[in-house]
Amino acid sequence: MDKDLKNKLPVKPSRVKFYATLILITVVIIGSTWFAGLDFFELVSDFFNGFRILNSMFLPPDWTYIDNTIGPLLETIQMAIVGSFIGAFFAIPASLMAASNFTKTKVLNKFARFILNIFRTIPALVLASVFVAVFGLGSFSGTLALAIFSFGLISKMTYESIESIDFGQVEATTSVGGNKWEILRYSIVPQVLPQFMSYTLYAFEVNVRAAAVLGYVGAGGIGQVYQINSNLRRFDRVGMIIIISFLAVLIIDTISTAIRKKLV
Amino acid sequence: MDNILKKLPGKPKTNSLKKTLIYILVISLIIWGFSSVEYAGVMITAQGTISGMWNGLTHPDISYLTNMTIDGLPYAVLETITIAIAGTFVSGVLAIPFALLASQNIVGDKVSKIGKVIITMIRSFPELILALIFIAIVGPGAPAGILALGIHSIGMLGKLYSEAIESMDIGVKEGIESCGGNQGEVLFRAVLPQVAPEFLSYTLFRFEINMRAASTLGLVGAGGIGAPLIFAIRDRNWSKVAMILYILIITVTIIDLVSGSIRKKLVK
Repeated sequence: MDKDLKNKLPVKPSRVKFYATLILITVVIIGSTWFAGLDFFELVSDFFNGFRILNSMFLPPDWTYIDNTIGPLLETIQMAIVGSFIGAFFAIPASLMAASNFTKTKVLNKFARFILNIFRTIPALVLASVFVAVFGLGSFSGTLALAIFSFGLISKMTYESIESIDFGQVEATTSVGGNKWEILRYSIVPQVLPQFMSYTLYAFEVNVRAAAVLGYVGAGGIGQVYQINSNLRRFDRVGMIIIISFLAVLIIDTISTAIRKKLV
Repeated sequence: MDNILKKLPGKPKTNSLKKTLIYILVISLIIWGFSSVEYAGVMITAQGTISGMWNGLTHPDISYLTNMTIDGLPYAVLETITIAIAGTFVSGVLAIPFALLASQNIVGDKVSKIGKVIITMIRSFPELILALIFIAIVGPGAPAGILALGIHSIGMLGKLYSEAIESMDIGVKEGIESCGGNQGEVLFRAVLPQVAPEFLSYTLFRFEINMRAASTLGLVGAGGIGAPLIFAIRDRNWSKVAMILYILIITVTIIDLVSGSIRKKLVK
């Protein structure tokens, strides 16, 4: 390349910002691993010790224990169903209130979103342990926790869908003299319903996974059996419980994902 | 409105038998679900508990917030954030090979199906159970939490990454190949530059989720704010619980806002 041509080429944009960001990110990541005490070499040696425990968990697991896990597993699924059902039910008014194209009052939108955010931030496990303090041990506390958690999740996703609907249909209903209720019935619900059902199914999937561990704080389901055996150091049974709950979650996920693909 | 509706053409016929069956199935599932709910009434101590909770919510434990030692709230929050960052980083790196393995336009039809099944299996494994397994392996503490988040997040990130790879412009890849580029050059000059903004955006999104997850990991002993939280709940120390929850909500909200605005800039 001769000199004249080189001078005519546009100047490369400065990469200072890019490199500065890169360095910042690297520092944050390395700082985090250091702070959290993640030591690679220690990790490797721990893994070799840990294999003994894995060995007692899965080689072989206590196959005979399967009879004792089916009951709690079904209870876990029941909790998840009820939790997502109640959550979805209450999510309908909440998501309408949070959607700025349906509820025109800005203050109401902001208020609803703020409440939803708080509900989603408090982990289901924390809710469950608080409910256990009020309602006692058992699946009722767990179900209630799942219901509140799913309420936050479904409402958030639904109000975002409502806000992104094709507004022409709303205008069409308005222009033929439809009131608020008719707009909802003929313009919003048909557009959002498949997504709403898909979100409810998604919440159900998340709930099954969450319900599997709620028992850890005494809120019913298969987690309770897990904790008992883990405290007794019956790792072969723990292995069995892990296998069973993993299979259940995998099957439910597969079915639910297939249905969701059809819905949307 | 009713008159107008009457003049409209009739609705297309739907498969009503199938629909009815689905309705019956769904309703019976819900009824079956409700049969498990046993409302045993509130505990005898519930009234005291609730008034204690209210008292705690209105009088959060300020001294816990200003405690700058290793037992204080700032340390626990910082540890939670670092667990989320390190866990997200681990999964962000580990997810790339899994995603390539699951992308139909990189490895072909058959291999990509296997890759997708592997990713689904990872995603289905509940992270708290992963945390429990890692606690058994590396002992309780933050490293167990990082590993649990790192492995579990591969499931979601791998899926999103592979979708990004599958929807990229394949012409660039063909361009590199036609100039004689090898597999590594295709990866670094065609695939990664195109999908990098989406990858970063998904990773940030996962960081937001991991931040929430990291706050529960401590409940089972995998480091972070969950451990002091569960101890405070067990001790019925509601003013401490309230302080932790307030700070947790504020931290998560700030991280959501910052990360959300970066994501908007990344994928325009």
